[in-house]
Amino acid sequence: MTAEPTVREAIVHKSGGKARLYIFGAAAILLIVGALFSESLCPYDPYLQNLDVALQQPSAAHIFGTDRYGRDMLSRVIAGSRASIFSTFLLVAIITVVGTAVGVFCGWARGRADDLLMRVSDLCLAFPGLVFALAVAGILGGGLHNAVLALAAISWPKYARIARSQTLAVRETTYLKAAMLAGCSTTQLIVKHILPNIAGPILVTAMLDIGTMMMELAGLSFLGLGAKPPTAEWGSMMSETRGLLQTVPWAVFAPGVAIFVAVMAFNLLGDAVRDYMDPKMRGR
Amino acid sequence: MTTPILQAQSLKKIFTRDGQSDFLAVDGVSFDISAGECVGLIGESGSGKSTVANMIARLLDSTEGRILLDGEDVTDAEARKIFRTVQMIFQSPQESFDPRRTLGDGIGESLLNVGQSRAEVREEVGRLLEAVGLSPGFAERYPHEVSGGQCQRAAIARAIAIEPKLLICDEATSALDVTVQAEIVALLLRLMRERGMACLFICHDIALAQDFCDRLLVMHKGKIVEEGTPDEIIQSPKQAYTKMLIESVL
Repeated sequence: MTAEPTVREAIVHKSGGKARLYIFGAAAILLIVGALFSESLCPYDPYLQNLDVALQQPSAAHIFGTDRYGRDMLSRVIAGSRASIFSTFLLVAIITVVGTAVGVFCGWARGRADDLLMRVSDLCLAFPGLVFALAVAGILGGGLHNAVLALAAISWPKYARIARSQTLAVRETTYLKAAMLAGCSTTQLIVKHILPNIAGPILVTAMLDIGTMMMELAGLSFLGLGAKPPTAEWGSMMSETRGLLQTVPWAVFAPGVAIFVAVMAFNLLGDAVRDYMDPKMRGR
Repeated sequence: MTTPILQAQSLKKIFTRDGQSDFLAVDGVSFDISAGECVGLIGESGSGKSTVANMIARLLDSTEGRILLDGEDVTDAEARKIFRTVQMIFQSPQESFDPRRTLGDGIGESLLNVGQSRAEVREEVGRLLEAVGLSPGFAERYPHEVSGGQCQRAAIARAIAIEPKLLICDEATSALDVTVQAEIVALLLRLMRERGMACLFICHDIALAQDFCDRLLVMHKGKIVEEGTPDEIIQSPKQAYTKMLIESVL
């Protein structure tokens, strides 16, 4: 045993998790910027079919090979990042805002409205999420927007729970009493004192949820309830090519790796943010 | 005779808890406070002192009884309807300031809420900090960056900002060590004289209340058991409970 810290220890402990925050933050930003400029990054038109080059193996011209219509897989993976990443962001933004609003309302108002909304959220939490989302997406019909709505309908209660318990804790604090005696209205109490004090855990949960939600959206798309062909989206791309798994594995492989990399990057970033926000880790 | 600043009439507070018997915290408490008068409310932990304070400051609803401020019934009013008249200083200074906002934000909040401009408030906060013996630079500090004594001075500045007629000090010095305690009490006394504020001084230390107050109320198990000037109470306590309180500190 040596006293020398391993590289991992040095990164995790010496810097109080800051190094990880920067590394995965940079990775996430890279993915986002890539998604933003996906059109100009694609080497080929992701929707151009060319049956002459169908099902080609990975080569210098087509790094990830081509699919059965001869579309360049690399271009489709890059083009698909926009649908996958931004619809995930939209979804997480919706559930964060809606969940927080419901939670703060319940924690503040309490009483019957609180009971009712919390029972609804219990129902959502007790129900298998993807099954519910399948049902909602089935009723609303396919399409990426409906998939986002379906997942939002089942995923907001986690945030409502956190926001509610935090609001209940903050409303009992002395500083909130002091703010009441400073003449603050209910709106002012919530906006100036409660929201800033409960934002930390909610934002961390949102960061950690980006990866999960990306998986679930890809899952819905894979099942044919998300993005519709020919739209490039990672989940639906895997679905389109899954029959070819044994003959042209790279066609399934490329979007799979893309999902894996993006989910990992956002999950690890969420972890890093959580550790960074933890007051015990601060100032180390 | 002029109307007292505060009239508390048969205040009662029952806490109802799920699955447990109701708890009678305050049982028919009545007293008046005149303009500029300092009244001490003393008693052991759990005697209902803070509950009385919170009901008067309208941070807690009373179960029964009436509260009149300047002759006006405020029994069911919200805290923000009476904050111009009543302000409160809390026991733990650091916890009484929002951890995400500066002391200056906290001190100036009531002034902003009565419509003063940000520039006016900033100047006034500086003056208030000087009045409580802190430099104006403290306005930029956060509660965790200052000591308990400094934070309690800032809390006093916050309480007097709006120039209330009644200041409730709920164990305002209990969380501080003895030397700081003496400074804070001296500061409070000076400010009250200068500004003619009445004070409800809640405290478990009868010796401290004796120096500070014009009149003492002794509270025990939710009731006021004895009332009089500090001299009367300390020289010739009528109740065994009061004797016990005196003996415990003298």
